[in-house]
Amino acid sequence: MPYAPRTRFGKWLHRRLPVMALIHDTLSIPTPRNLNWWWIWGMVLVFCLVMQIATGVVLAMHYTPQIGLAFASVEHIMRDVNGGAVLRYVHQNGASLFFLAVYVHIFRSLYYGSFKAPRELTWVIGMMLYLAMMAVAFTGYVLPWGQMSYWAATVITNIFGAIPGIGPALQEWVLGGPSVGNATLNRFFVLHFLIPFIMVALVALHVWGFHTTGNSNPAGVEPRRDPEGRRRDTLPFWPYFAIKDLAALSLVLVIFAAVTAFMPGYLGHPDNYIEANPLVTPEHIVPEWYFLPFYAILRAFTADVWVVIAADRLTFGVIDAQRFGVLAMFGSLLVLILVPWLDRSAVRSGAQRPLFRVGFWLLVLDFAVLTWVGARPAAFPYDGIALAATGYWFLWFLVILPLLPRFEKSRPAPDTIEEAGK
Amino acid sequence: MIRAALIAILCAGPALAQPVPDIAYSFEGPFGTYDTAQLRRGLQVYSEVCSACHGLKYVPLRSLTEPGGPMLTADRLRDLMDLLDPVPTADGADRPRQATDPFPTREGEGMGPDLSLMAKARAGFHGPFGTGLTQLWRGQGGPEYIAAYLAAFTEDTKEEAGTVYYRNPVFPGGWTAMPQVLFEDMVAYEDGTPATLPQMAEDVSAILMWTAEPKLEARKRAGFVAVGLLGLLTVLLFALHRRLWARLRQN
Repeated sequence: MPYAPRTRFGKWLHRRLPVMALIHDTLSIPTPRNLNWWWIWGMVLVFCLVMQIATGVVLAMHYTPQIGLAFASVEHIMRDVNGGAVLRYVHQNGASLFFLAVYVHIFRSLYYGSFKAPRELTWVIGMMLYLAMMAVAFTGYVLPWGQMSYWAATVITNIFGAIPGIGPALQEWVLGGPSVGNATLNRFFVLHFLIPFIMVALVALHVWGFHTTGNSNPAGVEPRRDPEGRRRDTLPFWPYFAIKDLAALSLVLVIFAAVTAFMPGYLGHPDNYIEANPLVTPEHIVPEWYFLPFYAILRAFTADVWVVIAADRLTFGVIDAQRFGVLAMFGSLLVLILVPWLDRSAVRSGAQRPLFRVGFWLLVLDFAVLTWVGARPAAFPYDGIALAATGYWFLWFLVILPLLPRFEKSRPAPDTIEEAGK
Repeated sequence: MIRAALIAILCAGPALAQPVPDIAYSFEGPFGTYDTAQLRRGLQVYSEVCSACHGLKYVPLRSLTEPGGPMLTADRLRDLMDLLDPVPTADGADRPRQATDPFPTREGEGMGPDLSLMAKARAGFHGPFGTGLTQLWRGQGGPEYIAAYLAAFTEDTKEEAGTVYYRNPVFPGGWTAMPQVLFEDMVAYEDGTPATLPQMAEDVSAILMWTAEPKLEARKRAGFVAVGLLGLLTVLLFALHRRLWARLRQN
């Protein structure tokens, strides 16, 4: 039903700025009836962004981005600011909820082929959101100015320094000096505040994207276009899916509240309660859990791996083990972004692809193994496990996804969503 | 090869010289709260022993009277403040320490690190299997580490580059610049508790947990309210969801 203003004010407003119509159309968007519970994580992600901005703005009012004062100002928030300890723990653990949600959301898209035509741009914008999340999480982790903050900033910006040619200059430009210091902290604070608002704009594009193409769905077939077919295949987002999403969000938040209140330090690191000290390197420098898979890939390629030796010889030493690791880490994200063009299968939903399903669940396992091994020391036997897991990541995206459709016999897709629901 | 790998994975752990034994503190678990009497005993040990070399620069003195802490009376707080170093001011004159000031800082030759956050900056254990999930009911082992450390000193010493190091098997590396400071009956507890070495170590680690996490009780209370209200909301929303979709199937 199209929007029709009923009140005098509604009519007055609608003639000048049809904002109520925009909200009405957005909420009443026809949504495939067969969306399952894996489709709720988008709502969780929207909530996370709002929650992080709301708590973050208040925290920013009490935080001081100056290396001599930053650590103490966080303790000031924890001790003196009304509700400060709760706000800070919610914000800190909120980052973990955000990443948990985005990983489920991404793997759901990978399984059900949500990224396939005509939804490639929604996927790419989503990937830009994910990269922005990484930047926000990383800059945010530096702000408390603990030992892990300082040394994570040092290690991660060294990655930029490893880029051949422009690397050292780029690193210095990012840091605002030869090493992590006051300029770094100050600009990281500004970026940590700025990027979330760019993300709000990207979320609007992301939603606009899938509202134009319609949601993907577990059956992998589009809703029929004729009025009767459309009525049978779809339901308005409000109230059916809005309530479903909110119910699931509420359940997720129960668990989130319990973790935040009863084990708030669980996902953090004890070393970050020691103020940053450039003269003392922590024994183990470990990134937050959500970066561990890519950290494992970064470290997987040591100088004794034959591909690294080959790359080193072929490029006359330009691509050494360190640079190879950096390329592999960026490459592991790049293949994810390019998946709409790497997956050559015409079948959209993984539910209809028996071989794909096996490989997909192996990929989920692979991701878990990479997360686990990323927190282990880079020594036997973890180095071998990390290398094997990294190998499967690239094998899946660069070999299996493009070639699998040639061998795989997929089950027939249902003709309509209505039929899929029976 | 695979066998060697499995052995290496199963035996891997933090490089602590000696495992830290668990202590059943009153503040562990979702329902845990601080034991006021223990915090007061711990404060006495800190004031009479530790404060000679360690500051608590993030802990405001007023917080000693607040709920969820040692809850000193105003008189006791004044007595305590009278014993603390005065605060240097810009014009060179010192002024007495007030309730709004923090504990004194200890810095310089022979002084130890600030203890405000030490109980959260250390992890005694991370089980089971390195997942750290036991944190929910027994914490991350920071206070346990402190208690074990204080009670683990041996008589051995060594000298390196003019500094004397003391053998402590709990400390990573096994040698520390701090000597043993707690001995039997070193403190005469006001509540009459026998001042054994494990008792003093446990009490002082409890007060250090409080200095690191003074809002622990308020946080847990907020957690129960949040979990309760969100749980109720969840039940209502799922009921609404089921009704909406049930009505849909009828039509």
